[in-house]
Amino acid sequence: MAARVLVGVKRVIDYAVKIRVKPDNTGVVTDGVKHSMNPFCEIAVEEAVRLKEKKLVKEVVAVSCGPQQVQETIRTALAMGADRGIHVEVSGKDYDTLGPLQVSKILAALAKKEEASLVILGKQAIDDDCNQTGQMTAALLDWPQGTFASEVTIDGDKIKVIREIDGGLETIKINMPAVVTADLRLNTPRYATLPNIMKAKKKKIASVKPGELGVDLTSRLEVLRVEEPAQRQAGVKVETVEDLVGKLKEAGRI
Amino acid sequence: MRFKNYSLLYLGREYPKGTAYFRERLKTAFMKNKDETDPEKIQKLIARGDFVIKELEALYFLRKYRAMKKRYYDPEN
Repeated sequence: MAARVLVGVKRVIDYAVKIRVKPDNTGVVTDGVKHSMNPFCEIAVEEAVRLKEKKLVKEVVAVSCGPQQVQETIRTALAMGADRGIHVEVSGKDYDTLGPLQVSKILAALAKKEEASLVILGKQAIDDDCNQTGQMTAALLDWPQGTFASEVTIDGDKIKVIREIDGGLETIKINMPAVVTADLRLNTPRYATLPNIMKAKKKKIASVKPGELGVDLTSRLEVLRVEEPAQRQAGVKVETVEDLVGKLKEAGRI
Repeated sequence: MRFKNYSLLYLGREYPKGTAYFRERLKTAFMKNKDETDPEKIQKLIARGDFVIKELEALYFLRKYRAMKKRYYDPEN
């Protein structure tokens, strides 16, 4: 039986919040804005917990990287059924430049340290939409990867993953240890109810610094500018077909 | 009963029309039935509370699922 599953969870701006760009165009406004767990990470946690409930894995460990506030996100994962949490302390400038490359280095180091057989992540975060962390983590560990998973089945020491790809579904069988990234249709995440949140307070969250894991957080990327998307132009209504043709000619379309 | 109240209040945090609106309605609902002593009726009210909790969870999930589906899977985008 696979011993341990590592689940990465990311604290992002809540999906329902209207995003505003900072006046200096260096990023988006995050102060005082509602944050929650990335929806795809919720699906990843749910899958890990279900594997534990099916007795296919022994322990689910939730990991998040960032400042003190990410502990809330880890607590949500614990309330959903994870056994313990690991908070990788990253703050200030390091947190601003924290991206998939750095996180995957951290996850790879933790996966080795915790002797995990499976790493489950959300396929991408709704704030940066990188869709890279899972793939990079697998590459750094030299583990097989099952990305965009819409179904995961453990069969002995192999995993069958049904992947969502353009034009349909692909079924693959990979050896463990492996990295899996969760797609929308993998499962329906449970809601972290108040009783479970109370129970989760007793579960442990360990703190660790990236330096202790031997990870260098230097970023190779620099954000030059953040802008709002172009405003949608109001549509124009026309009365007749002739009007339509006239307007199209005016706009140089025909 | 108080525990159910807290559970519902906690869920109300994410209510689309706002936490204040939710809290108002919740308080009215609980106050209306506070003098109930018949154990059978109390059980029924608790069951209704559970039902509302499930409905809210379903509502929140559907909203999120539909938003994600629209953003990431709609061919029009």
